[in-house]
Amino acid sequence: MRFYERVIKYFYIVIITFLTLTGFGQMPIFKRYRIADIPGLGWLAEFYITHAMHYIFASFLIALSVYLFFDHIFIGRKERKVTPTGYVKGVMILGLIITGGLMVFKNLSGILYYPIAISILDLSHLILCMALLFYSIFTLITAKRWTIK
Amino acid sequence: MQPTITRRSFLKGTITAACSIATSSSIAKAAAGLENGQPIATLLDISKCVGCQECVYACRDVNATKYPKPQKPFPKMYPNGVKAEDWSDKTDVIDRLTPYNWLYIQSATVEIDGEQKELTIPRRCMHCSNPPCVKLCPWGAAVQLDNGISRIEADICLGGAKCQTVCPWLIPQRQTGVGLYLDILPAFAGNGVMYKCDRCYSRITKGEIPACIEACPEDVQTIGPRDEILKQAHELAKSMNGYIYGENENGGTNTIYVSPVPFDKLNSVIEKGKGKPHLAAVKDSMETGNKLAMAMILAPVAGVVGAAMKFYSINKNDD
Repeated sequence: MRFYERVIKYFYIVIITFLTLTGFGQMPIFKRYRIADIPGLGWLAEFYITHAMHYIFASFLIALSVYLFFDHIFIGRKERKVTPTGYVKGVMILGLIITGGLMVFKNLSGILYYPIAISILDLSHLILCMALLFYSIFTLITAKRWTIK
Repeated sequence: MQPTITRRSFLKGTITAACSIATSSSIAKAAAGLENGQPIATLLDISKCVGCQECVYACRDVNATKYPKPQKPFPKMYPNGVKAEDWSDKTDVIDRLTPYNWLYIQSATVEIDGEQKELTIPRRCMHCSNPPCVKLCPWGAAVQLDNGISRIEADICLGGAKCQTVCPWLIPQRQTGVGLYLDILPAFAGNGVMYKCDRCYSRITKGEIPACIEACPEDVQTIGPRDEILKQAHELAKSMNGYIYGENENGGTNTIYVSPVPFDKLNSVIEKGKGKPHLAAVKDSMETGNKLAMAMILAPVAGVVGAAMKFYSINKNDD
C-alpha cells in the first residue's frame, strides 16, 4: 500500500472511530455504564462536547468522501475498480451523511420537523452506523477491500 | 324601492362579516400564534405576583391526567449504580419542579427603595426559541411546535434525562417506572419519562389560554405573539425602570420576565438547586453546534478542491 493510501486509510479510521464514539455519546449511556468514569474519558458524557466533536468529524468525513469520490472519477478508475464491498460501504456512508445532514439542519433555530420524522432519522442514523460497524468488522476479518487494482 | 345587492355591497358585507368573526377569534388565534406564523410568548410581570400559588394549583388540576402512574416495584436496573427517581409518593411537593409539579413559586427577598421586600416568581420551562432539550433528544421524544411550545412526548420518552442535562435551567424532571422503556430493555436502557411544562398546548390548540394564566388573580402573565410580548416587556421595563430576563437567554426564550430589580441580584438570593432553576445569564447553548453546522457546508467544497488539486498536479507532471 502506497504512503498516500495509508494516510487516507488511517485518516478514515480515526474519523470513523471518533464519529462512532461521539455519536454514541449523543445517547446517555457513557455515564450510566461508567465509561465516562475511566480517566481520560470523562468528555464522553459531556453532551455539548461530543455534539461539537461529532460535527467536526462529520465535516472531515464529508470532505474525505467527496475527495475520494472525485479522485476516483477523475483519476482512480483508470487503475482500480470499486468492489461490491466498496459499493456497500459507500452507500452506508452516503446514508449516514444524508440522515446526519438532515439532523444537523433540524438543529438550526426555527427548523421544525414532524416528530415522527425526527424519530425515523434518529433510528436510521443509528441503524446505518451499526450496520457499517458490523460490516467493517466482517470485511476486516475476511480481508475484503474497497477497491481492487 | 327594492334594495339591490351589487357585487360591491356583497363583497363589503362578506368582508365585514369575516372581520367580525376574525375579531371574535383573535384571542384564540393570538394564543395559537397563528396570526403571523410566529411563536407565542408569555410575559411575566414579577412586580405583580403575590405568590398566592393559584397558578400552581391550576397547573396541577389541568395537567393531572398527564402525570405519571408508575408501575411498582421498579424493574432492577444495571449497572447497580443507576438510581430510580420516584416522586409518586411525593406528589404534594409544590416548592420545586417535579414530574407532578411543573410550575412553582420561587421567592426572593430584596431591597427596593431602601425597603426589604419579598418578590415571588412563577418558575417553569422557559420554552426556548431553539430548545436544546428538543434539538438534542437522541430519540425524538421532545418536540417543538410551530407556536414555539416545546414538549416531551410521554409515550416515546425513555427517561435518559439528556434533556435535563442539556437544559441550562435543568427543567425536565424524571419519574422512574413509567413509559416505553418498560417494554424494551428496562434493565439496561432508559429510566422512566421526563416531565415538564408543555404550556397547555392542547388548551392553546382549542383557542384557550394556559391554565396558569387564566387562574392568576393579579394578571401577572400576558400571552401573545413574541414580538408583541417583547414590545410590551420593554415598555413595562421602561415604566418601572426594571429589567428583562428571557429575551436573549439561551439565544432567546418564549418566557419573558420583567423585574423591578436586576436579575443577577435576584439570582443571588433565590434558592437554587435540583428542581429549583437559577436566574443567571445564559449563553446560547446551541451556538457552537450551529456555527459548526455552517462550517460543515465548506466540507464538500474542501473535498472537491483537494481532488481538483491532485488532478491538476498529476496532469502537470504528465506534461
